[in-house]
Amino acid sequence: MSRCILPLRTVAKPDAPTSLAERSMGLGLRALRGLASSELLDRFGLRKPTERLVHNATKNGFRAAGAAQRTFKRVRGAGPAHRQKRASGGDLFDLTPTDEQQMLMEAMRDFAAERLRPAALDADTAAQAPEEILSQATELGIVALGIPEEHGGPLEERSSVTSALIAEQLAHGDMGLAVAALAPGAVATAIGLWGTGDQQATYLPEFAGESPPAGALALLEPGPLFDPFALRTKARRAGDGYVLNGTKALVPRARDGELFIVAAELEGTGPALFIVEADTDGLEIEADPGMGVRAATTGRLELNDAKLPASAILGEDNADAYAQCVQLARLAWCALAVGTCQAVLDYTKNYVNERHAFGEPISNRQAVAFEVSNIAIELEGLRLVTLRGASRYDQGLPFEREAALARRLAARHATRIGSAGVQLLGGHGYVKEHPVERWYRDLRATGLMEGGVLL
Amino acid sequence: MINLETPKKFRALIDQAHQVAENVLRPISRKYDLAEHTYPKELDMLAAMIDGLEESGQSGGAGAAGVKGDPSSNGGGEGNRNGSNLSTVLSIIEMCWGDVGLTLALPRQGLGNAAIASVATPEQQERFAGKWAAMAITEPEAGSDSAAIRTTAVLDGDEYVLNGEKIFVTSGDRADLLVVWATLDPSKGRAAIKSFVVDRHAPGVKLDRLEHKLGIRASDTANFVLDNVRVPKENLLGSPEIDTKKSFGGAMKTFDNTRPLVAAMALGVARACIERTRELLAEAGVEVDYDRPASAQSGPAAELLDMEADYEAALLITLEAAWMADNSKPNSLHASMAKAKAARTAVDIAMRCVELCGATGYGEDELLEKWARDAKILDIFEGTQQIQLLIIARQLLGKSSAELR
Repeated sequence: MSRCILPLRTVAKPDAPTSLAERSMGLGLRALRGLASSELLDRFGLRKPTERLVHNATKNGFRAAGAAQRTFKRVRGAGPAHRQKRASGGDLFDLTPTDEQQMLMEAMRDFAAERLRPAALDADTAAQAPEEILSQATELGIVALGIPEEHGGPLEERSSVTSALIAEQLAHGDMGLAVAALAPGAVATAIGLWGTGDQQATYLPEFAGESPPAGALALLEPGPLFDPFALRTKARRAGDGYVLNGTKALVPRARDGELFIVAAELEGTGPALFIVEADTDGLEIEADPGMGVRAATTGRLELNDAKLPASAILGEDNADAYAQCVQLARLAWCALAVGTCQAVLDYTKNYVNERHAFGEPISNRQAVAFEVSNIAIELEGLRLVTLRGASRYDQGLPFEREAALARRLAARHATRIGSAGVQLLGGHGYVKEHPVERWYRDLRATGLMEGGVLL
Repeated sequence: MINLETPKKFRALIDQAHQVAENVLRPISRKYDLAEHTYPKELDMLAAMIDGLEESGQSGGAGAAGVKGDPSSNGGGEGNRNGSNLSTVLSIIEMCWGDVGLTLALPRQGLGNAAIASVATPEQQERFAGKWAAMAITEPEAGSDSAAIRTTAVLDGDEYVLNGEKIFVTSGDRADLLVVWATLDPSKGRAAIKSFVVDRHAPGVKLDRLEHKLGIRASDTANFVLDNVRVPKENLLGSPEIDTKKSFGGAMKTFDNTRPLVAAMALGVARACIERTRELLAEAGVEVDYDRPASAQSGPAAELLDMEADYEAALLITLEAAWMADNSKPNSLHASMAKAKAARTAVDIAMRCVELCGATGYGEDELLEKWARDAKILDIFEGTQQIQLLIIARQLLGKSSAELR
């Protein structure tokens, strides 16, 4: 780890001749790549021009891919799968992020503040994340976190805690854009964690590239009382492969999605995950906008006798894969909730101090001030339970309890925090001049979404 | 490296505290709830054991360790520390899982001891070692507003002379010492308020009555009249100067330190409620499934999930506050968040568990109804819920106590 940390400290000097945002984007990218120090320094002089090049290439690449549909070249005989190591915990209770995590958090915080927040309102209205922002997120390494080094991933060790900290920072900028940026990473992470050698060799190099495929984990289904352990989407074996039928709801990045991980009940086996390419026969994608997280361009996958090859099943040899996938996705939504709740707290703190009524700041009133206290309390609880879940996963401990508890906290308290955010601004909270109405809508998602993103 | 698991090195201590709670406290829990004002003599043996552990340096005690920025008490070493603040919180959770009233009644583990441990000089520490000290702050006309206390301390030669009335003194009658808050000059506000260590049996210390309470009935609550009580001037804790800048300083510091301990008590009660309710519901065929959505489970199962979620949030905030103290990070905000969250969660959980268990929850055959009564005090003493929210809001919003009252 130190090989990438030390030189980074040198490039992060405050007198470096770049803007804060550019510097921090560089920080994130470089930290993630884990390059040898000499390479880093060599590249530093070329940063700005390179960045612009990569940026433009990526932007155009997305358009081309969208128009032409990428073809994944199926690899056979790639040998055993590669797995990232898990970051292990220490023996002591500790809430201090590692130096690397600290640095990533700063980079993501700046990116969120300078790129995501200003773009959030328009993206929400358009139900579309700007391509520029998605390619910047790719540059920061957000998509590639869960890809083994052998396939071009930046990190030797995978850490759900790191992913949680990143998701939190991004959602402080905007949850919809954060989900749009993180969703393709969920597909890559799932294949990194549970894919076979062939599956990894087929898909992961694409995700590690400059123009990763869009896509997401498709777990949720329409209808009340959805239970990911009692799926209505069915898969049956047919010949060499599988046939899927059912509907997946609120899938992020559906419109431009090229690769999805779809959950279906496999007859005689139980819930299972399938890798589904967007051009699969029998798959139709339509818009499925919701009350919030609109920048993630949620869509519905209609599977009508969708035919998949035998190689499409994911995690067949890992009995825990499906449950862990559900749990890690829940924790991801909780981490997003933490970031947006923090945004509510930061925003309302300022507002109630500045807004005057009856001759003094409204924050001088207990009814107002106590609401702020309660936001802070419940936010802290949600943050810690989410981190405990992620850290237990990293340590190889059971974490379904913590994932469930964090989700309950998100469902109840994060939603209430969203509501309090609007309430504290009164009528001003209800109009789009302030972001709290968006947070109200976004936070409602966090306790009910399944899949989509992954820690 | 972020890790929110209980450190291995405290597991033996936690286990020991749990054994005590299960085998000593639980069996006499109902007995002393019914026999209010009867001294639980079983605690003498236990207190002696805890003293022994403290001397051997193995214990987190049950609450009197006090909280100081002293690195030697924090687990030592460079970098991340898990020390006495964390271990004390963890062991109090276990003890109060057994019985919160009895834990409060433990000899030599009073809040006065915590105050002495936190703010006394080494000379005073030595002089008061081995004594049981109760805390006397509240007065009939001054509760949450402790700056409004009227008990006076007037220097007369080498002694202060104390006059006033103190109520709600936990273990006041049983203790050896009372840590009495009094003002040196009522015209000078909070800066003039000091704490004095008073011999319980000094002339002029008159027991007015013992309260009959809703819960924690094993723990006696005494009311005193102080009538010209003479206290050696070296028994004043902290500085005798009236320094308006430092304001409450020394005296209030004790509260920063005791709030996570009260949060820990609340966590103990809350966990006892959840565990017992889960057992009773399991007998009725209700099991919680962590993987299935709450909405896809039975109502009682979903409720258990919600209660456990709030418990977990409160637990981790409390551990965070203690961990911050161990690592000399200012934790006043987190101590208040821990106390506010844990105490209200305990009351909420206890009352919901009573409801879920119906007649079994409400009746005296089970301890659930007792825990629900015990829990309520935890949202009141050492700073009510509302006072915690005030402290938190002032810090978050950058308000003075004059701006946000």
